[in-house]
Amino acid sequence: MLEIVSAGAMASIQDLGRPGLRRLGVPRAGALQPDWLRLANALLGNDEDAPAIEFFAGGLSVRALESPLRLALAGPFAAVVVAAGSRRRLESWRSVTLAPGEVLRCGMPVAGRVGYVALAGIRVARQFGSASTYARAGLGGLDGKLLAPGARIPATACRGGGERCLRPPPAGDGSPIRVLLGPQDDYFDAPSIAAFLSAPYRVSPAADRMGMRLQGALLRHRPERGVEITSDATVPGSIQVPAQGQPMVLLADGQTAGGYPKIATVISADLPRLAVMAPGETVRFAAVSVAAAETAARAREAALRALIDDIGPCTEFAGQVDLQAIYAANLVSGVVDAAGDE
Amino acid sequence: MSFRFLNAGDTALTIEFGDGVERRLLAAVSALDVALSQAIASGGLRGVVETVPTFRSLTVIYDPLLTSRAAIEAGIRAALGAPVTLDRRRGRLWQLPVCYGDQLAAGGPDLGDLAAACGLTPAEVVRLHASLTCEVYMLGFLPGFPFMGDLPEVLSRPRRSEPRLRVPAGSVATAGTLTAIYPYESPGGWHLIGACPLPLFSAAWPQAALLRPGDRVRWRAIEVAEYRQLVAEMAERRASPWPPREFLLDAAVDG
Repeated sequence: MLEIVSAGAMASIQDLGRPGLRRLGVPRAGALQPDWLRLANALLGNDEDAPAIEFFAGGLSVRALESPLRLALAGPFAAVVVAAGSRRRLESWRSVTLAPGEVLRCGMPVAGRVGYVALAGIRVARQFGSASTYARAGLGGLDGKLLAPGARIPATACRGGGERCLRPPPAGDGSPIRVLLGPQDDYFDAPSIAAFLSAPYRVSPAADRMGMRLQGALLRHRPERGVEITSDATVPGSIQVPAQGQPMVLLADGQTAGGYPKIATVISADLPRLAVMAPGETVRFAAVSVAAAETAARAREAALRALIDDIGPCTEFAGQVDLQAIYAANLVSGVVDAAGDE
Repeated sequence: MSFRFLNAGDTALTIEFGDGVERRLLAAVSALDVALSQAIASGGLRGVVETVPTFRSLTVIYDPLLTSRAAIEAGIRAALGAPVTLDRRRGRLWQLPVCYGDQLAAGGPDLGDLAAACGLTPAEVVRLHASLTCEVYMLGFLPGFPFMGDLPEVLSRPRRSEPRLRVPAGSVATAGTLTAIYPYESPGGWHLIGACPLPLFSAAWPQAALLRPGDRVRWRAIEVAEYRQLVAEMAERRASPWPPREFLLDAAVDG
């Protein structure tokens, strides 16, 4: 049993979501960054789509109760294991075993807003095929609720074996978020489309699992088309533009239908990168073709598979890191030597 | 019927038949929805995750790792010509209680403004709304949220220019010629004219959603005392396997 000591804001149990119910108005929900959830589960030998804890800025602390538990950390954050009289610090992208009574304190994500903690042998009931929490309708998770202090997550006791690590996925490089224009790009005039594809947009504090409002160049609806459509289906990644002209990106818990024109849709390969951005971060958009989006989707999956295939004992990774450090040091000293020669 | 494909990202494609609330559009959407589910059931259209019917379009959601836009488009074009058998059963008839106006903290705060905008008194708006037999056109937005119509033109007003950040659960609302009930608290831009005490969705119910497309809804104006009593009675029903079918007027056709 894993006990939540503190959950910060919005921490919840998520898996890869609950497809198939959008016609009833039920969003898919699921991890905002599904790749990290899959990596965390892969580190533990769980099914990749097993549920795990998604947490936000504000951090997360959990305690192993009566038996040792193995966890895995995925996301850009560091953690501390607090035991009676000792503390050990560790970086993310690895597994860690908590002895009974030990507490894992996850720090704030150092980039973006989301981190994941997976639990070996986690047991959470599924509703409509998924354990993903959709708190608005009380679906999934523990009793349909966000995690709160004192909540307990059942899991099988750790059976031993060494810790496993993975190569950290490349950090976001700030490249534009790719979109496909449409379905209602014809509701916007040419200067607005041009502004949308060139101006920087800032993630506003109004960002949750449902969506994120952006702040930047105002987008104008063509007067002859108007600011409303007869409601049609939305998807995670839909970029709606209400009358005031500031775009709003729908995410995993987003509504399944809406009456605001949608200027574009974020491609599936880039949606997680946008969804984990923190308020205040800046984003730019670039339009791509369907073919480019499909290529990007396959490339994202291949990159994830490569990371999973590379998972190994942490001792190997420690060695790798040390070698890299030495190599880097040699390069630096080499430069210094070369400068000295001149 | 003419249609166009609309890009909805690399995981979805929308087939749009028109932009309005019209019976012929609803029929075209239903026909394509049925044709696609037949094609999928017979092993075609690999990679489709789900389809989402609306008033005037069908959105096909797919996994780009299992299929491609080209394959999905081809499958849809084939389905558009396929013969289908539509469900011609008449929808069920419900009578749902509504506490109109701002008699409650969580009631209909926009009734007065909507009435003024329509050049009517609040009592006239209530009388017009309560006299309607509405049809459920689609579910969407939130779990179990029924988009229903049609309001008379005199009640038709666009959505609020500033959407509310919090619309209370149970709010009965209007936008244009549509009316709906918010099953859960959420942001929303519709005009709130009353409150319905019934739950509209539960994972414990066999069909999960209380209403389904094609159902018809009549309204019964209730006072605050009855509203409070019903809210209390309904609290248990959400977690029980029994949806509140006692509000069905023609339970015989329920199936």
